[in-house]
Parts: sequence; structure tokens; C-alpha cells
Amino acid sequence: MTTIEKTNPAGNPAAADTAPLLEVRDLHVEFVTREGVAQAVNGVNYSVSAGETLAVLGESGSGKSVTAQTIMGILDMPPGRIAKGEILYRGEDMLKMSTEQRRRIRGQKIAMIFQDALSSLNPVLTVGYQLGEMFRVHQGMSKKDARAKAVELMDRVRIPAAKERVDQYPHQFSGGMRQRIMIAMALALEPDLIIADEPTTALDVTVQAQVMDLLAELQREYHMGLILITHDLGVVADVADKIAVMYAGRIVETAPVHQLYKNPAHPYTKGLLQSIPRLDQKGQELYAIKGLPPNLLRIPSGCAFNPRCEMAQDVCRTDVPALHRVTDADGAELVGRGSACHFWKETLRG
Amino acid sequence: MGRYVARRLLQMIPVFLGTTFLVFMMVYSLPGDPIKAMFGDHAADPATVAHLKHQYHLDMPWWQHYPLYVWQLLHGDLGQTFGGVDVSQVLSQAFPVTIRLALLAFVIEIVVGLGLGLLAGLRRGKVADKLVLVFTLLVISVPVFVIGYICSTVFGITLAWTTPTVQDSNNLGQLLLPAFVLASLSLAYVARLTRTSLVENVRADYMRTAMAKGLPRRRIIVNHLLRNSLIPVVTFLGTDLGALMGGAIVTEGIFNVQGVGNALYRAIRASEGPTVVGIVSVLVIVYLISSLLVDLLYAVLDPRIRYA
Repeated sequence: MTTIEKTNPAGNPAAADTAPLLEVRDLHVEFVTREGVAQAVNGVNYSVSAGETLAVLGESGSGKSVTAQTIMGILDMPPGRIAKGEILYRGEDMLKMSTEQRRRIRGQKIAMIFQDALSSLNPVLTVGYQLGEMFRVHQGMSKKDARAKAVELMDRVRIPAAKERVDQYPHQFSGGMRQRIMIAMALALEPDLIIADEPTTALDVTVQAQVMDLLAELQREYHMGLILITHDLGVVADVADKIAVMYAGRIVETAPVHQLYKNPAHPYTKGLLQSIPRLDQKGQELYAIKGLPPNLLRIPSGCAFNPRCEMAQDVCRTDVPALHRVTDADGAELVGRGSACHFWKETLRG
Repeated sequence: MGRYVARRLLQMIPVFLGTTFLVFMMVYSLPGDPIKAMFGDHAADPATVAHLKHQYHLDMPWWQHYPLYVWQLLHGDLGQTFGGVDVSQVLSQAFPVTIRLALLAFVIEIVVGLGLGLLAGLRRGKVADKLVLVFTLLVISVPVFVIGYICSTVFGITLAWTTPTVQDSNNLGQLLLPAFVLASLSLAYVARLTRTSLVENVRADYMRTAMAKGLPRRRIIVNHLLRNSLIPVVTFLGTDLGALMGGAIVTEGIFNVQGVGNALYRAIRASEGPTVVGIVSVLVIVYLISSLLVDLLYAVLDPRIRYA
């Protein structure tokens, strides 16, 4: 069995708070398909520090999941291909690490929670086995000890009667309980960072809130970094510290969560916010952004959002907007805010 | 589980009666008089014919004869061949040979079939995968008697690695070649089934989870991928073992293996009704039990399946 260095106790957060835990720099990921090369991720930059929650927001196909899978190193390659970029974990580029080094980071330092817990858990192995596997593989623990740890973890995520249920199979659990098991699995080795890819999408609304609360609570307790990938603006508001909005493989807006809701600086974000159903708009037609997300094989030139944008001018069709720093009316910089729109000022103030 | 097994065992009764009845009726409706045939070109003595007919109950109408036959069967009496030998004795000589041949073929099927399937499935799209696909396609398309005669000629005569036919049905070395020929078709199916199943499961979400857990590749493949992928393969293998136990008329014929298939073939040729029905009855039971075992095994392998 592999010998593994001792995991850090969830300590020394002070040092980690300043330097980002994970930093994605100018990441480009493409998929080689029969019809051509699909540009799934086109220069994504973001970072997460310990104890911080970054929400990555976007429609299907915006590249948010692909970015996450690239960070985890579980992207299918081929057809996937990392064309460019760096992914720094504690300052070290993971894309330059050996397979073995990366494997040890997976699960131990960076863990992931997936959308559909039923299909993400192995149907023919007991949950106890699947949880215990983390300890057996990464810490060389005995089968018996690992099972005891699995029960402990199941208690942690508040699965009732954990002792009796540890030997059951995934299909014997309810959807919410299964997602708790996924969370327990991600939490097992007390990682520095958890990436949750739409963790509540497959759940009932009431269960969604419970699972989200649990995740937020555990994150605080262990002082972990959390990347929360979602297309649900409602989920984000309560838990996230900052938001990155993605469109066509690019980050179009970043902002601290409340500023983004109050005052978006990109027409796409604005559209998203307008399309949330609201109680005071009862009876009116729900707003929808016109058009469809772009085909990743043929991303429009200039700003990828221009064919759907109500504010689009000629410059939007020719020049790709950089992620501009956003300032307030007095010209003072708004920390952490950026918008990839030529007309961010007009959007922000209009 | 217990109730399920009991129900399945009870279901075997009508199946058993149905199959034996069908075979019984088929054999007895064959044209020609087997008793007269025993005399060859000689004139048959009517008294002897009548005596023999009475002895083998051939003078009874079927609706009397069949219940009598089943009654005797239930008392462990499989009847006699026209040569006066107990059918049970014929079976007790032929069955061990068939079991040996079947087990040997089964082992080859598992080792080679699974091996090729794993090779192809884990290296999808590579040269090995394509070679396996072509090889199995070839084996599936060529009839067994062609493969049998080619193997017999090449390995038995040209290369003389083994005897072209089996001289001693108890000699495992001599049985190896017929076992290989017998296994060839199933082997190809097993290889393809394994490959398909692997390829399907590689893309499964739980494989992504296993990877995200930072498990070593070996563990991902053995504990997660294979454990899932082999469920349909094991089911196929189980059913196939039942079929192999039923003897192989063609393969046993080519290699002169004195197994159940050969005995059955000779009995059919001689229109020996009692022998045919006797052998087939036993084969039906073997097959029914083996398919029950497969279903139970399936529940053991896949926890999502529970019989109640």
C-alpha cells in the first residue's frame, strides 16, 4: 500500500488566509470533437483562500464544471485538452506535477462533491466501504478502523442511525442522505478545499437548504476553502463570499456577493438577476435572456455575449473585452469587482 | 430469499413436465419403427416384435405411456436402451466425461475470454482492442464444425501436438483441444461482453468519484470498475456453464469424445426413444438448477437486486 505523509491538522489558517489556497490562471481547456475543437474554457482566472466561499455561476456549457474537473485532474483527456494556463495549489502549479503527486492531492487536499449522488456513489459497494476507502488508501488504516471512521463521519453529517446504516448500499438511502454521504466522503481527510459541483441541484427544495446549511457549517468549522458551482442564484446568496459569473468559458463578472446582487456590472449578470421569479411581480411575464448560449465550436467574435446583449455596439462584435476593474461613481476602486464588458460603467449606473 | 428459492423450485415442476412431454412426443412421432429397424434386412419374427414392443411399452397409446414414463422417472428409473442397458448406466458413463470437458472449456472461456475482454476494454481504440474485435468476430462467424476440423487437422495431424481425436476420454491432455473448440464461441461472446461492459462503466459517474477520491489506478479498476462491469459477464458465464454441461453434439462428434452429446446423438440416430427422453430429462434438470443458481448469484453480485 502507499505510504502517505501525515495530513495537516486543519490548523494554521492565519498563514493561508492571505495567500490564496488555489489560484487558476488563464486556463484554457478545449475538447477535440469530430466537428472541430470546442472551446470550453477560455482564459479563466479565479482564486480561493482558506475559509472563503467562491460561487461560480453560469448556465450549462459555460465551462464552470470543466474548470472544476480540470482543477481536480479528473477531466477526460482525450477528448479534453488543457491548452494553456496554470492551476496553483499553495503556490505550486498542479499541471506540472507528476500523476502520483496529483493523486495524493485529490481527496486529501482538494475534494469534490458531485451533483447526482446516486450515480456518483458506487452502486455495488456499501457506503461504509466507500467512506472507509479514503482512510485505507490515504492513511493505510485497517479495514476495521476505517469502518469506525466511516460511522464517525456519517454521524458528523447527521445521518441518523449511522452504526446500523454503515453497511447499507447507496440505493437504500434517500437523495438528501446520499448527498450527505458524498459530503462526508469529501470531508473525510479534512481537505483544504472542497469543490461542490451543483451539490443541491438533484434534491428537493427543502432538502436543498439542509444540505447547503450543512456544507456551509462544516466549511466554517474546518476553515476550508469552498468552490460552489451552481446555476442557481438563490443558493449562492446566503453562503458565498464572492461570485464569478461565467459565460462561454470566460469569467464575465466577479464581485463580492451582495454587491453583485445589488448592482451588477455586466449585462449578462443583469439578465440573470432579472430572470429570478419575484413575489412582487406576480402575474407578469418572467424575464428571460433572449437567444441561446453560444455553440462552443463557433464562439461569436468579440464579446461572446454580444448576439444576446441589448446594449451591444460595433465594438462588442470585434473586440474581446478584458476584465475591467470596476470603480464607483467617484472613481474609487471597488475591491474584488471586475466586469468583462466594454460598457460596464453604463451597465453599473444605468 | 428462501421463499424465492422455494417458488423457483416449484416452478421447475411444470417446466420439467412440459419439456419431457415435448421431447417424448417428438421422439414417438418420428417416422419408422425402431423395433423393426433392429432386425435390419432380416425378416422380423412377429412374436419377437410383439414381445419387444410390449417390453418397451411401445404397444401403449402415448397418453398411457407418458404418465407411466414419468411415474418411473420419479422412482429413479430412466428405462433401458434397446440394447438392454439401463439409461442411467449410459448416463453415468457419459456424464463424467462431459463434466470434465465442460469444466475445461469453462476455465478456458473465463481465462481467455475475460482476458481478451479486459485487454480490449481497458485499451479501447488501441491496436489490442481492434485485434480482439476482429478475432472474436471471426470466431463468432465461423461455424463450430469448421473450427473443430481445422483445429483437429492443424494441431492433431500437421503439428501433431495432440491426437486428432480423443482416444481416452479421461485424459485431460487429449480433452484440451476439444475443450478449446467447445469454448471458442462463448469465449468470443465473453470477450465482447466484458469489453462493452467495461467501456460503459468507465464513463460512469462513480468512476469519476473514485478518481476524485485520489485512489490509485489499480484500485479504481479492480474494486470499482471490474466489480460493476463483471455483473453481466458472470451472469452469462453461469448460463453458459449450464449449456456446456448439456454436452456438445458437434464437438464431441468431431473429436470422438464419449460424452452426453455423443450418447444423445447415437440414441437419436437409432430412434431409441427411452434413451433420448432419459438423457434430455436429466439435461433439463441440470439446466434449470444452473439457471436458478445464476439468478441467485446475480443477487449476490448486485445488491440492488433483491428477491422476495
